[in-house]
Amino acid sequence: MKPLRIRVIGAGVAGLTAALEFARAGCFVELVERREGPGLGCSFLAGGMIAPWCEAESAEPLVVDLGIESLNYWTQIVPVALKRGSLVIAPARDRPELTRFSRRTREFERIGAARIAELEPDLAGRFDDALFFPREAHLDPRAAVAALFDRLKAMDNVALRFGVDAAQAEDDVDWTIDCRGFDAKDALPDLRGVKGEMLVLFTKEVRLSRPVRLIHPRNPVYIVPRGDGRFMIGATMIENHEAGRVTARAMLELLGAAYAVHPAFGEAEIVETGAGVRPAFFDNLPRIRLDNRTIHMNGLYRHGFLLAPALAMRAVDVALRGADAAEILHEDRSERQDA
Amino acid sequence: MAQDTLSLYGVSMLSRLIVGTAQYPSPAILAAAILSGQPEIVTVSLRRESGASRAGEDFWALIRELGVRVLPNTAGCRTVKEAVTTAEMAREVFDTRWIKLEVIGEEDTLQPDVFGLVEAAQILARDGFQVFPYTTEDLVVAEKLLSAGCEVLMPWGAPIGTGRGLNNPYGLRALRAHFPATPLIVDAGLGAPSHAAAAMELGVDAILLNTAIAKAGDPVAMARAFALAVEAGRLGFLADPMQPRDMASPSTPVIGRAFSDAQRA
Repeated sequence: MKPLRIRVIGAGVAGLTAALEFARAGCFVELVERREGPGLGCSFLAGGMIAPWCEAESAEPLVVDLGIESLNYWTQIVPVALKRGSLVIAPARDRPELTRFSRRTREFERIGAARIAELEPDLAGRFDDALFFPREAHLDPRAAVAALFDRLKAMDNVALRFGVDAAQAEDDVDWTIDCRGFDAKDALPDLRGVKGEMLVLFTKEVRLSRPVRLIHPRNPVYIVPRGDGRFMIGATMIENHEAGRVTARAMLELLGAAYAVHPAFGEAEIVETGAGVRPAFFDNLPRIRLDNRTIHMNGLYRHGFLLAPALAMRAVDVALRGADAAEILHEDRSERQDA
Repeated sequence: MAQDTLSLYGVSMLSRLIVGTAQYPSPAILAAAILSGQPEIVTVSLRRESGASRAGEDFWALIRELGVRVLPNTAGCRTVKEAVTTAEMAREVFDTRWIKLEVIGEEDTLQPDVFGLVEAAQILARDGFQVFPYTTEDLVVAEKLLSAGCEVLMPWGAPIGTGRGLNNPYGLRALRAHFPATPLIVDAGLGAPSHAAAAMELGVDAILLNTAIAKAGDPVAMARAFALAVEAGRLGFLADPMQPRDMASPSTPVIGRAFSDAQRA
């Protein structure tokens, strides 16, 4: 049988993982991206926490399940993640929030000052109550994009086309996999944007081995160590679709939180700021939506790296094996639960 | 029995629960919570969501689709000017003269800046707004807000997001006694349904909540719990509760019993 021809539109983490999975399944894959390189949209600004159990605090069980699959992907199939767990801390006055967090999540240990000091010596004496999620991992999204890109470049059944508008691609393909994120709103009118702002700090004075989440009732913040003294601080969650504009207030909140975690961040250099738009559906759950010979992989919301591999594998199952991927294919929550 | 309605700026309401729309795990869960708690009014904030180009339209459209009356708020505003600008935008976006006015004065308690509040209320009322001011239980401030043109008062239960319940029941009772005809809506600080019932039993007219529902393990169930508590508290207030007393008072008569303690002795 002739291999299927697949066109993937969008080279963010969703498109790259989809391209890799279709290529690994033996298809001819053409990856089309309007920007000049891979991973320059939302993926460029991602936190890269592969933290399915932490996400249960505000996400539905489906996100946890898909996230656990992706955790295996990022540690085994594209092994770019460091499995050092994640740490959730709160200032003394926000301790009730830590308890609330613990009641919504599982797979953690509640640890005290001694264990915190052991895990993160630089936080010794600063926090005496934390949740440690030992099975979680983190990755550098840009390194992950580069790793996916290298894998794709090395495959002779893959063509990579950058700076190209997908509308110009006219050759017939068997399936189109639309992974354009919020840009796909033209085809998915029920998609909405949720703005996120982030920044990157550089300092040699603080060392962290794993992502640290600072719980705050209004502005929860995470710090992800990127190595070489760089720390990604994220991220705001604002119900609008305004890309690019970084507000002073967002920086104030993110930096305030970083400073609360460790005052040495006060002397760190701000090396980057960014704002992007997360694509989300009404229930903040991802979708694989079928439209003739197009599969929309979208609505990854704040969980791009956490969900993309699991969704990519399902997209392959839908296209090649006619699987129904019931838990994400249907639109309606009640329908999904019945399925 | 005549229906027990609440009138806010001439609009009659049956539900005495008002629900904020922030912090839910998803718009879908927000919508389900609204369905379950049956509020007739929801609040929505605009300051931050509007961005530079009113880019919050998708979320606002979802709110409009909930089919309930929208009370836009100026949450997060810290100056009179900010609050007034946000109110003007809210009027356009939601096509309503209603505005919940918040002017925050202190970072740790998110306590209202009552001076700025009165000033902003004056400006907005003159401009045709119907203002719902988020205030403290202070009587003098309340008086000034009414003179500014407010016909509703929204005293806090406790600082925003604390879930502590009624910090100052005496203050709320005094406010009720001083302004018997002004709708009072306890806004902020409630955590459990019993807090809402307690406030309603004091005789306040309605309850406004956000975090207690949005951050509950099951927001949909909690919305219903608050709706029931508000209704129970309201009925309890209207039914004129008994007064507490020190000595026990038997609920069945003792005279005429076959054996009384006296006879046994």
